[in-house]
Amino acid sequence: MSTTDTAFDLVIGIEVHCQLKTNSKLFCPSENAFGAKANTNVSPVNLALPGALPVLNKEAVRMAVMAGLALHCDIREESVFARKNYFYPDLPKGYQISQFDKPYCEHGHLDIQVDGNTKRIGITRIHMEEDAGKLVHQGADSIAGSTHSIVDLNRAGTPLIEIVSEPDIRSAAEARAYVESLKLIVQHIGICDGNMEEGSLRADINISLKPAGSTTFGTRTEVKNVNSFRSIEKAIQVEAKRQKDILLSGGTIIQETRNFDEASQSTTSLRGKEDAHDYRYFPEPDLPPLLLSDAYIANCKAQLPALPEEKIQQYKKDYAFSEHECKVLMGDVAMDAYFRASVSCAKKASPKTIVKWLIGDFNAMLKEQQHTFETIGVTVQRFSDLCDEIESGSISGKIAKSVIEQLFSGDKSVSDIIQSLGGGQISDQSELQRIVEAVLKNNLDVVEKIKAGKTASANFLMGQVMKESKGRAKPDLVRSMILDSVDKI
Amino acid sequence: MTTESALDLAKALKNRDKKAVDVVAACFDGIDRSDNSIQAYVSLMKEQALEQAAQVDKRLDNGDTTSALAGVPIGLKDNLCLAGTRTTCSSKMLEHFVSPYTGTAVQKVLDADLIPVGKLNMDEFAMGSSTETSYMAKTKNPWNLNTVPGGSSGGSAATVAAGQVPLSLGSDTGGSIRQPAAFCGVVGVKPTYGRVSRYGLVAFASSLDQIGPFANTVEDAAALLSIICGHDPHDATSLQQAVPNFSKALTGDVKGLKIAVPKELFGDEISADIKSVTQQALDTYKSLGASYELVSMESFKAALASYYIIAPAEASANLARFDGVRYTHRAEGGDTLHDMMIKTRGEAFGEEVKRRIIMGTFVLSSGYYDAYYLKAQKARTVIKEDFQRVFNDYDVILSPTTPSTAFEFGSKSNPMDMYLNDIATIPANMAGLPAMSIPCGFSSDMPVGLQLVTPILDESTMLNAAYAFQQATEFHLKKADF
Repeated sequence: MSTTDTAFDLVIGIEVHCQLKTNSKLFCPSENAFGAKANTNVSPVNLALPGALPVLNKEAVRMAVMAGLALHCDIREESVFARKNYFYPDLPKGYQISQFDKPYCEHGHLDIQVDGNTKRIGITRIHMEEDAGKLVHQGADSIAGSTHSIVDLNRAGTPLIEIVSEPDIRSAAEARAYVESLKLIVQHIGICDGNMEEGSLRADINISLKPAGSTTFGTRTEVKNVNSFRSIEKAIQVEAKRQKDILLSGGTIIQETRNFDEASQSTTSLRGKEDAHDYRYFPEPDLPPLLLSDAYIANCKAQLPALPEEKIQQYKKDYAFSEHECKVLMGDVAMDAYFRASVSCAKKASPKTIVKWLIGDFNAMLKEQQHTFETIGVTVQRFSDLCDEIESGSISGKIAKSVIEQLFSGDKSVSDIIQSLGGGQISDQSELQRIVEAVLKNNLDVVEKIKAGKTASANFLMGQVMKESKGRAKPDLVRSMILDSVDKI
Repeated sequence: MTTESALDLAKALKNRDKKAVDVVAACFDGIDRSDNSIQAYVSLMKEQALEQAAQVDKRLDNGDTTSALAGVPIGLKDNLCLAGTRTTCSSKMLEHFVSPYTGTAVQKVLDADLIPVGKLNMDEFAMGSSTETSYMAKTKNPWNLNTVPGGSSGGSAATVAAGQVPLSLGSDTGGSIRQPAAFCGVVGVKPTYGRVSRYGLVAFASSLDQIGPFANTVEDAAALLSIICGHDPHDATSLQQAVPNFSKALTGDVKGLKIAVPKELFGDEISADIKSVTQQALDTYKSLGASYELVSMESFKAALASYYIIAPAEASANLARFDGVRYTHRAEGGDTLHDMMIKTRGEAFGEEVKRRIIMGTFVLSSGYYDAYYLKAQKARTVIKEDFQRVFNDYDVILSPTTPSTAFEFGSKSNPMDMYLNDIATIPANMAGLPAMSIPCGFSSDMPVGLQLVTPILDESTMLNAAYAFQQATEFHLKKADF
């Protein structure tokens, strides 16, 4: 690498849009759902029919406030909605209702972990706004080359929060960690699916370079259309390189909005500063200012669920979970909820046993069945029963796997399944002794080897005993019984 | 021609001396006879109205309706949405727009068994003071067919003045109910901002628009107002206030009522005739036991200018939805999306609408916002405070409703001359106060209107003061002869 690699500092600020998973839209009772038939989740309000008026969704406000609290923000007592004016067919009113100079939420932060170090990223503000509809381009994948476009307003009016970071991020890895942490938080407090592919979480990235150590920021570009964590890193890398090449060759960066192209892994100019809209923001006269009392905010605070960072600390400290176990649970909110419910439900099983089986065989079977922890058919009760049986040693791991299979394929209780598999582990010593002796008698040559000191050959005899007992023998018990019996022969 | 009051008509219907179907049929006969010359209507709804009348008759037969105005025909300004009927706002842009939903105020009218007979002509998107900016029709003033009916609710005023219907609804953003009521010699009420839901009223300037009634008498107006007011969960600016039965407030007693008369609305801008008629009105009040004093309300000087910043600013956004993409007119031959939108808006909006969109867009533009919009909002606060100060000492503010009587078609071709028509009416919109106009005399055989303004939510005092004047005079009994 040349020395010029260290000549610039990378400066990144990120705007994240999160769709709030309310039942209805931000300003009307239309259903807020992804994937419905085009233009069916609509009302006079989001069709922008003449005379229709917006009314603020209280649940959206609650969710937005939860996000603000989770990100340690100050919640404004009085915030103001504003009209952001521009013409586009996916924006039926010709203005987006957003918040401008008085957002409901400001001055927060998020601590991220990169390479084992904690870094604090400032949150400038969070504001509420409505999503636009969608243009469905016909005859091509994008607007380029299409013959015409169709407007689908199902998404119009979906509640969004826009979380704006300070330009505190210094690398692609930090950027990825920031968005990943945000995603976990909004998922764990139950306000957003965090699905980047479906667009329920979207990131716009502001990137600039400055001479290393300088306090003055360079000209930034905004990169849009970054639809995965991998793309976040890639987009930053290619855009930083593009800017660096320009600066090193004596050029200047133009302030503009750029599009990240997944296929070519490059950014291209969407519009320059001279094309930037004058949005003509002004206070939305159809909505009175939003007033949030101290009592309301305190109530939201009381309802705020445990944040991912707090859960991880608890799991490590109280349950001695590994980094991997924590990561898997945090990555799937529904799985984590299932885990926590199982811990409360189980009578004998330890959290460690529960997590081992949950993220292992149980999760594998769930995936095989093409289900998720949101659509799972196995009750927490049954899974905890299974873990209790495992913990008490009454079934082997092999049997446990068969039980899991049957839990997913039928509707039987754990004890019924174990019965149908021939009962639990054989703990009756005399029955086991009978099987062991029969096996030894049929394998006298092996017995001789063991006597001669080849104790590893006992494994073969163990396998035979397990086979005879249909897997119901307790392995450590069998091993000691074999060794004892060999000695007696 | 009906000269009967709406309440008398409702009484006859209730007693079953009359049938709603006959009343409605007669109403359409009247419209057929007179509307060629008046041109108050944009659309008629004869079939629906007769069908609804038959149902109302059934309910009246069975005593199933408690409405004070059951069976009475009513006209609706064409910016009020009624499911299944055209709502054109008198614009080429919405010439073929049929609303799929019914607005709240109109629904209340239907629920009260009033019978909408048609949609009334107006200035395009309620922008104007003469109904001349309509794309749909040229409504005449029944008192003199060479003069305008006022605007923007010109059709709503003219139809009542012409005796076509006893009641109508209009909307008032800067005087659009009161000024045409004054020009046409009828009663017109703009309630407190937020009293009547705006859901289903096509927005002109959202922070100023209010729906209100037109009638021949104060009692009729009070009865209709009682029906259309009330909180609506579909309108976030609708007030959570109980609605009194305004009819019960009409005692006719104004002894001790303290009247303020703003000097600013009694100066050179007002024609001498109108000033003398207004002076007579004040004398009448004095004879009824009220007192009056001249006061100064200097903030009124800023009212017109700040109104013509705020209203167009809001309108520029409110009218952005008319872009050719969905339910509006769409121009042929645009090569790009941008072309299509520009052509559509260029050809389907009239001059006055375009003027205001441009003004509104300008005052909100980056670099001009503080100098215009923000300053206008400050002026608005000062106007509100000025009213509050006067209402500390007085019960009602009286003034002429308009500087002159109805003018001839085409005589106000300079927009500024037209805007000046609203100097007396605009301050009440800026402060969100209830205001109304009642007939108070004549100047060269043309009606003159008296404006009453009261504190926020105090429609009762205003209506009673108007009623007392009406009971002491006979101006409201004189009808247009055309």
